[in-house]
Amino acid sequence: MRYTKHKMAMAEMDMTPMIDVTFQLIAFFMFVLNFSEVDQDQRINLPASELAQPPEVAYDEPLTIQLTSDEKIYFSGDELTAAQLKSALLREAQLIKSSPKKKVADVTVIIRADKNAKTGKVQEIIQLCQEAEFDTFALRGRTSDVSTLNE
Amino acid sequence: MRIRHNYTALDKIDLQMTPMIDIVFQLNIFFLVTFKIVLPEGDFNIRMPSTASARQVQQSETLPMTVVMKATPSGELADLRLAGRSFGNARDAFARLHQQIRSQVNDAGGPGTAADLEVEIDADYDLNYDNVIRAITAITGYIENGQKHKLIDRVKFTPPKKGEVGE
Repeated sequence: MRYTKHKMAMAEMDMTPMIDVTFQLIAFFMFVLNFSEVDQDQRINLPASELAQPPEVAYDEPLTIQLTSDEKIYFSGDELTAAQLKSALLREAQLIKSSPKKKVADVTVIIRADKNAKTGKVQEIIQLCQEAEFDTFALRGRTSDVSTLNE
Repeated sequence: MRIRHNYTALDKIDLQMTPMIDIVFQLNIFFLVTFKIVLPEGDFNIRMPSTASARQVQQSETLPMTVVMKATPSGELADLRLAGRSFGNARDAFARLHQQIRSQVNDAGGPGTAADLEVEIDADYDLNYDNVIRAITAITGYIENGQKHKLIDRVKFTPPKKGEVGE
């Protein structure tokens, strides 16, 4: 009996290096975990541009409108038609007007449109925003390291 | 009854690693699954009041230059024009537009002094949005030796040409 116990104790492997590596992995994933980028819709393939740099100062509560290549409009997580988007924007504008500190014109509307979307659709979205008195827009693009002019 | 010796009790202290390793692996799998590569994104800032209110705002002294972009039925670029001058639809059309804008800004006194210049983009409805971003890239500035230079900041769109809003 005593003999067998001794033998089993010898079979234990050293877990320390494995646990070390596993903790390193966890630390890595915790660093790269990004909670703030909830607005990035993976269905949208943004046009690339070398001048599209991340804003130096983060926008104060921006609105994000997304347009896919098959002309679906997403706003605050829902798929909307143009008419629904208009009423949603008017509602947002009402909310902003009701708060004394903010002005509708100062709120940035981020437009994330797919590179194969129709320009006319983007223009229509901008027009809807203008009807709701928004006039500051940010056209979003994917940051590119190389010049996109000669492609 | 046997009396235990102290040293044997010390020998027996054995940390239970299994639950900890279980949890650690669970955590690891959670992070692996939620991991996604986030590409860096940036913005072109455009201030574009609606045409009705824009009339009340002071008009710029010079008329806006118009960049006309014609589209093929499939949405490709058919023709690129700036103030009547055509750049065609070749691959270097945007680069040539950029050179043209750059020389005009330099004529006006170098980068940064062209604050009153304005460009209006008149694109066909079906044109792929990619082309518009490339045109805006050509118009708004350039990067040279890692330095960002601004050309024309003020860009606006013409109203959409076909299709009714809210249909």
